[in-house]
Amino acid sequence: MPTPPPIVAFEKVEKRYGDGPLILDRIDFAVRPGDFVALIGPSGCGKSTILRLISGLSPISAGRIVIDGREPGSAVEERAFVFQEPTLLPWLTAARNVEVPMRLRSIAPAERAERARRSLALVGLADRADYYPRQLSGGQKMRVSIARALSIPPRILLLDEPFGALDEMSRDHLNEELLAIREQQAWTTFFVTHSVAEAVFLSNRILVFSANPGRLHREIQVDLPYPRTEETRLSARYQHLVAEVSSLLRSVERLRS
Amino acid sequence: MKKPANLRLAHWLIPLVTGVGMIVAWYAVHFGLGEDRRFLVPSPNEVLSAFREKGPTLWGAAVSTGTGALLGFGAAVILSFGMALVLSLSPMVRAGFYPYLMILQMTPIIVIAPILVLWVGPGLMSVTIITFLICFFPMVVNTTQGLISTDRNLVDYFRMRKATRFQEIFLLRVPAALPYFFTGLRIAATLAPIGAIVGDLYAGNSAGGQGGLGFLTIIYSSQFEMGALFATAVVCCVLGFLFVGGVLALNWLALHKWHDSFSQSDR
Repeated sequence: MPTPPPIVAFEKVEKRYGDGPLILDRIDFAVRPGDFVALIGPSGCGKSTILRLISGLSPISAGRIVIDGREPGSAVEERAFVFQEPTLLPWLTAARNVEVPMRLRSIAPAERAERARRSLALVGLADRADYYPRQLSGGQKMRVSIARALSIPPRILLLDEPFGALDEMSRDHLNEELLAIREQQAWTTFFVTHSVAEAVFLSNRILVFSANPGRLHREIQVDLPYPRTEETRLSARYQHLVAEVSSLLRSVERLRS
Repeated sequence: MKKPANLRLAHWLIPLVTGVGMIVAWYAVHFGLGEDRRFLVPSPNEVLSAFREKGPTLWGAAVSTGTGALLGFGAAVILSFGMALVLSLSPMVRAGFYPYLMILQMTPIIVIAPILVLWVGPGLMSVTIITFLICFFPMVVNTTQGLISTDRNLVDYFRMRKATRFQEIFLLRVPAALPYFFTGLRIAATLAPIGAIVGDLYAGNSAGGQGGLGFLTIIYSSQFEMGALFATAVVCCVLGFLFVGGVLALNWLALHKWHDSFSQSDR
């Protein structure tokens, strides 16, 4: 089977802010369309920075990033970002929030409303369309944020610890839902997390980073079949992978100290 | 949120009781003074009869002062909003303008008023300008602060989505600044009637027309009409309540659905 060309390729990418210390040091990797990539590593390893570089929010200092054969600054609408915080506009209802990216692109109101409705249904919040953010729970706000990211179906979805602030139950639920939605919309996904269990459950590839400066330490292939469900967490293979990545992460953290 | 019935009753009853207590105290002071000095504190019924006697005059004065206050306040709202938008553009613009705004704010209105009277003459125009000057500063400062305090994450989100500068200002910064805008508006609403009354005191004009509340204050105090003077004070107080009440109502309309300041335990 011929491998498709990478959708995102990092070639010896370096990043520093101003004259500050090196944040990312010669990062090399290539991601194929449809990959679900988890980025994990100690704090300060620059994993969130990688998302910012892919999003075009921040320029690189050296090396090259190729996205679909182009520079990261162009074709931003193909990428959607879900931040650690829901970053909803508090004065807009859930539906109106989901419409924001479409408003920014001047899509007609009727189409906006229809797409927002579908997007909210996708995350299971059809009945909360007219709620304001402060009337929603933390998990619901995060769902709205995801619905907003999916309202214009992205080719690349960037998630920066989206469920970090949630309790474990909500987090597990949202992980399962995220994979279920992915069955319907085929994005390439980058997912930053601190949770090994989350990384193993969601991704087919895990990039483990070390810190100061951020380096790509190791890549792990997650060979668990999709679709993954609650049962996946009980499988021996899953638990073996969690143990493997955990010990890898511990060795990376030792490396630093 | 539902309160128990007896609590709700207490909510109305307590101010009523203190109100009655205060009126009793008022009579006590009135009759406690010697007969030669009793006129200094007119009794409540003297004030009421002043209302009956001077009703039309007081009403006309209230309308006159209210008009000046409303015009100056309205002008301050519109112009301060424009000014705040300009100031929010960059720290350099703020550095250029703030010192002079401060000068405007620090110069006492009592000094500016006579200058204005010489420039534009006494009357509604002067009263309006004085009200404007007193309301402008708190509105500019608060609205500007609101426009530059937008949640950094939201700004990042808009930038990442390649929002235009125009979209960033009107879809994000302006609505996010509303709570600050209303803080300024509330301060200005308490100042507007005071500004108009002070303006009227210095720059009011009864020649050929109706003087305002400030003007009446001068007349009544020079004639030792204590009852009428107290009645004028009551009218000023009501005017202030109307302004603040109006702004609070607007504030409620604009914010109660989404802003945390209105969040109650309705979840």
